Amino acid sequence: MYLYDQYDQAMVDARVAEFRDQCQRRIDGKLTEDQFKPLRLMNGLYLQLHAYMLRVAVPYGTLKSTQMHALADIADKYDRGYGHFTTRQNIQYNWIKLEDAGDILADLAKVEMHAIQTSGNCIRNISSDHFAGAAADEVADPRPYAELLRQWSSFHPEFSYLPRKFKICVIASDRDRAAMKLHDIGIQIVRNDAGELGAAFYVGGGMGRTPMIAPLIRDFVPLDQLITYAEACLRVYNRYGRRDNKYKARIKILVHELGAAEYTRQVEEEFAHLLDQGVEPPFAELKRIRTFFEDPAFAQSSAAEIDRSDPDFALWVDRNTHPHKVEGYTSAVISLKPVGGIPGDASAEQMHLMADLAKDYSFDELRVMHTQNIVLPHVAKSDLHALWTALEDAGLGSPNLDTVEDIIACPGLDYCSLANARSIPVAQKISERFAATGKTAALGELKLKISGCINACGHHHAGHIGILGVDRKGVENYQLLLGGSEAEDTALAKITGPGFSEDGIVDAVEKAADVYLSAREDGERFLDTYRRIGMAPFKEALYG
Amino acid sequence: MSENTMMLITGNDLLTGAVIWWTGSDWSVHIEDAIDAGDAAESIAAEQEAARKVNVPYLVESTMQDGVPRPNHIKDRVRALGPTVRPDLTIKPDTAANAIREIV
Ligand code: SF4
Repeated sequence: MYLYDQYDQAMVDARVAEFRDQCQRRIDGKLTEDQFKPLRLMNGLYLQLHAYMLRVAVPYGTLKSTQMHALADIADKYDRGYGHFTTRQNIQYNWIKLEDAGDILADLAKVEMHAIQTSGNCIRNISSDHFAGAAADEVADPRPYAELLRQWSSFHPEFSYLPRKFKICVIASDRDRAAMKLHDIGIQIVRNDAGELGAAFYVGGGMGRTPMIAPLIRDFVPLDQLITYAEACLRVYNRYGRRDNKYKARIKILVHELGAAEYTRQVEEEFAHLLDQGVEPPFAELKRIRTFFEDPAFAQSSAAEIDRSDPDFALWVDRNTHPHKVEGYTSAVISLKPVGGIPGDASAEQMHLMADLAKDYSFDELRVMHTQNIVLPHVAKSDLHALWTALEDAGLGSPNLDTVEDIIACPGLDYCSLANARSIPVAQKISERFAATGKTAALGELKLKISGCINACGHHHAGHIGILGVDRKGVENYQLLLGGSEAEDTALAKITGPGFSEDGIVDAVEKAADVYLSAREDGERFLDTYRRIGMAPFKEALYG
Repeated sequence: MSENTMMLITGNDLLTGAVIWWTGSDWSVHIEDAIDAGDAAESIAAEQEAARKVNVPYLVESTMQDGVPRPNHIKDRVRALGPTVRPDLTIKPDTAANAIREIV
């Protein structure tokens, strides 16, 4: 894992001191809220429905045990004993006091963490594949490139006031586990026919009120030109992205309005100009960063067979583990989606436990998934049963990854001041409904995603089933969408028709699931059946 | 506006961020203490904000029901209580279950 050098640490420490002073000046009345708001947002501090909310960056979702312990300590010391893992692989605290903000940032800085650029119109936390460095199918570990981009984008003077926020994702396998094409820039590390690594650039994707899938604009950028190409993409956007209309300010609108070909032409022109400007960091820096991501000391002869005699354990293994690149190892997913629970919430106690388990069983490493679960990336198969037993004892053993119970839900109207409707209670009722009817297993992979407003933090556009909360004359109402995907077959879901009440949407999801169960053919997932039979049979069941 | 309609002032406490309601002389975390600020609401809000007694104040149209003001919009009803999915973290954990049924 990357370790701060003296520059990283000095930058973060300086920011803590600066923000502590800004908070004090606000408390003393030397800054008005209008003056203070942009400053606090630059440090991830929002004013939400019930209190201040602090969003802490988890770069490309990677944490070590000491960092997870520190996050738990913050939940206990400054918040109400829990945190919420987000769809940006970050963590949010919901009950922060302004007077504590400086101390919290200081505690984070001690473990090489911060909340910088988790808000505002800048380049946000870089996201990545939660199985990076472990997945059997990746061509390289994408995290060194994500780290290089993190360093380049941190406090980048030219990109601190972009037309709108900017999200970059880096993956390195053909399977997309990070919604790469739904980012402002999606980068896939690829290998060309000559065996060299390079980067494919997808630009102009996103969700929100105008969802778009990013088109491929360059299929191979040599790795020693990666930053220069990213800089060219940003420059064209910074120059021509709309600043007059917040709803048209994201890069996806620019790419769409110019057309991908014209946007690409402008990027290539800028890129050619930048190539001899010395923008690219020395290749030695990438090499230096790579040394931090070398494999841990995997055991040579870890037992490859798992004893599956306990059916509950076998089910969890089947659902919640992912193939590892090293024989004898696997990546284990800790579900933060107990039936009836709050998706993505973890208590301080649970965070401490996950940190301890990572230390005991996963070379000290954890990952935050954008689906609001936690990964222990490197678990010896021989340790899996002991790990599962510890998780079961703590209520963290739900065997439901990628099932209808593994719901993404944004905070919604229970916490978020922008919300139109509550997301969490809908998620709770749906997981309870399917657990009670026993249909979860039969439904197999079914990705359900819920947002409390059009901003789409809950990725509803990309759900096999998506739910969008809307405000209908002051009453919560829920639109149902079908057919989205955030995987390599990225697709945007379509609205079925008129919305439903809170209870009505739970029934509607069950009806849609039943259409699938009766229409599916061998081996089809919900999404496959939807693609084959189309919207009509679902509409008939919902509204007929 | 009907006879029952009230204009409440709400905002957040500057230091803690807590949701607070104007009582006529001070601020309270309990909406039951809120009064109808009527036509003076805007000027009171501005004055109190300038004095840093409240952060980001705004006016909330409400209706008196069973002696307690009920904000007309669900968002302010959720603000008045706390997260409906964590009754233990609401303003009045003991009676939260009933209150949650009321607000939605
Ligand atoms: S989707 Fe809307 S309601 Fe949900 S967290 Fe984002 S802004 Fe808030």
